Amino acid sequence: MAEPAITDEELPVIARFEVRRRSYLAPDGTILRRLPQFASDTSALLSLYRGMVLTRAFDTKAVSLQRTGRLGTYAVSLGQEAVSIGIASAMREEDVLLPSYRDNAALLWRGVKMEETLLYWGGDERGNHWSGPAHDFPFCIPVGSHAPHAAGVGYAFVLRKQPRVAVCLFGEGATSKGDVWEAMNFAGIYKLPVVFVANNNQWAISVPLKLQTASETLAQKAIAAGFIGEQVDGNDVIAMRAAAEEAIVEARAGKGPRFIEAVTYRLGDHTTADDAGRYRPPEEVQAHWKEEPIARLRSYLVSQNAWGKVEEERLAAECQQLIEVAIERYLATSPRPPETIFDHLYAELPAAYAAQRRELKDASHG
Amino acid sequence: MAEVTLVEAVNLALARAMSDDPSVVVLGEDVGVNGGVFRATVGLQQRFGPQRVVDAPLAELLISGLCVGMAAQGLRPVGEIQFMGFIYPCIDQLVNHASRLRNRTQGRLSCPMVLRTPHGGGIRAPEHHSESTEVMLAHIPGLRVVIPSSPERAYGLLLAAIRDPDPVVFLEPTRIYRAAKGQVDDDGEALPLDVAFVLREGQDVTLISWGAMVRETLTAADELADDGIRAEVIDLATLKPYDENTVLASVQKTGRCVIVHEAARTGGFGAEVAALIAERGLTSLLAPVVRVTGYDTVMPLPRLEQHYIPSVSRITAAARRVCQFS
Repeated sequence: MAEPAITDEELPVIARFEVRRRSYLAPDGTILRRLPQFASDTSALLSLYRGMVLTRAFDTKAVSLQRTGRLGTYAVSLGQEAVSIGIASAMREEDVLLPSYRDNAALLWRGVKMEETLLYWGGDERGNHWSGPAHDFPFCIPVGSHAPHAAGVGYAFVLRKQPRVAVCLFGEGATSKGDVWEAMNFAGIYKLPVVFVANNNQWAISVPLKLQTASETLAQKAIAAGFIGEQVDGNDVIAMRAAAEEAIVEARAGKGPRFIEAVTYRLGDHTTADDAGRYRPPEEVQAHWKEEPIARLRSYLVSQNAWGKVEEERLAAECQQLIEVAIERYLATSPRPPETIFDHLYAELPAAYAAQRRELKDASHG
Repeated sequence: MAEVTLVEAVNLALARAMSDDPSVVVLGEDVGVNGGVFRATVGLQQRFGPQRVVDAPLAELLISGLCVGMAAQGLRPVGEIQFMGFIYPCIDQLVNHASRLRNRTQGRLSCPMVLRTPHGGGIRAPEHHSESTEVMLAHIPGLRVVIPSSPERAYGLLLAAIRDPDPVVFLEPTRIYRAAKGQVDDDGEALPLDVAFVLREGQDVTLISWGAMVRETLTAADELADDGIRAEVIDLATLKPYDENTVLASVQKTGRCVIVHEAARTGGFGAEVAALIAERGLTSLLAPVVRVTGYDTVMPLPRLEQHYIPSVSRITAAARRVCQFS
């Protein structure tokens, strides 16, 4: 082998990059570093806590509805509640949320009613005609394919000079797709007000992170697109909220996109149609239960004398009550007439399909 | 009124739409400074600025996905895919998002976008630049698929597509981008979508086509007239949803039908039209419905493409055959 003409030491380094990691609360709820400004307001923390607890209670009920044949396939966010809640809590009403199928919590936070979410997962499109922000996108099911929409939304804000931000959530598996890269690349070029959030829960159904990427972090993928990527402890809702707030404020101020890698763990199955026991050792899951976000924030709140057993019981009862009312409303919603599947196909039903609508109406009404 | 080519008519319609409506945004590869590889967007960026005429990165999926996001926000994006051979990364966006956003939100969001792309062969282009796969798009519920065959219809239909509240794929017949010339009045008047155009009336046989093939079909009708066969020529123009009534009314009159398209035969859009006639026009038929199409092969490279694209003589032969059937 011939000696190389130049050794590596002689080649100049032309760029260096770094990725920061944000966390405030240790898994036991103790403080790792000075908390962000908003955390001095206990009511803000209690509100985040309530959002996570409600989400978990709702997920639990949704799964039992599915198991008893009263709901379709459903994706819980068990263990990842801090991601959706932290992000949504930093958004304004006029911002646009582009959620993945696991972001029920973000939608609930933004005003979508639980019965509407149930209606969608129960197999009725009307669940997406919701009481939440009319401009928010519905759940994206084809993984990562909504990232280009976020860039398009961000572009519209820039064109119209509106101080609004598009926030796009997806899982770590989505970062393997060209869609996400193409969107990030474009957002970087035009400095669009878009915040990309990867919920890195370590598992894309049965495929672990190490088979998705050889990257040390997902956050560094933003560097290639020309903007900041930050890794955040996704089980620390204070960190999630702070990271989202900073990213959204910067984006709103015209400083371009941000990428947040929320490192968390999927404590549950991928969906109700999955059995994670087939591909994941129970010890791994058990170990991650020690880091989950709700117990962590509770420990902190208890240590601040801001929370206790009475409050916990009261909150649990309140959540149950809200969920039960929502389930009643969901179950009481009659199916829409079959021929209405034509009604939102186009703004106005083309003449060619009016006959098909009649055909379905006649067939379905006997 | 000025004589313009089809691609110039596209340019006129884009400029008119942009000047009428500030929410119209044009985006695509090389559409800005360069004015598009076929010159369809020439002059637009100088006139409307780089914010509204966007040189997109080389990423077709992105272009279609940006259109969805912009449209959901109330803009009227017009994306360009440089050649139809590169539209396939957009299929996910068209099937899973653009065509169903209105339905899946029950009207809360909509997707008034246009995706333009050159269509078909005959310009001696490299591999992957010459296919006609309109039927893949025409199978997608919630979408519109429009294809003009003259400068006048390119202008009027593109304006209609941009103003339409739902997503439209607008296919532009490459072969007649410059070969087709016509009088176009840049008056901002749109032509109706979902409507077929009867370009020539006749009693003996109905010839149905769209896009570039309409030229050969009209020439065939001229030749047939020399033999005393009066052919009616229909330009379908909108393939999704298509004008069933005009097709059926014509076949009821003539009793004979030849469908002409450049795309491969099996499962082509001609099959749909033939099935419609079989279902609802059978009793008026005097002869089998015949298709004159490309073959079920890969579109050949330029040295043989003229053998693939239906010729005038193949069309006239088919028409004579159905006229002599009974």
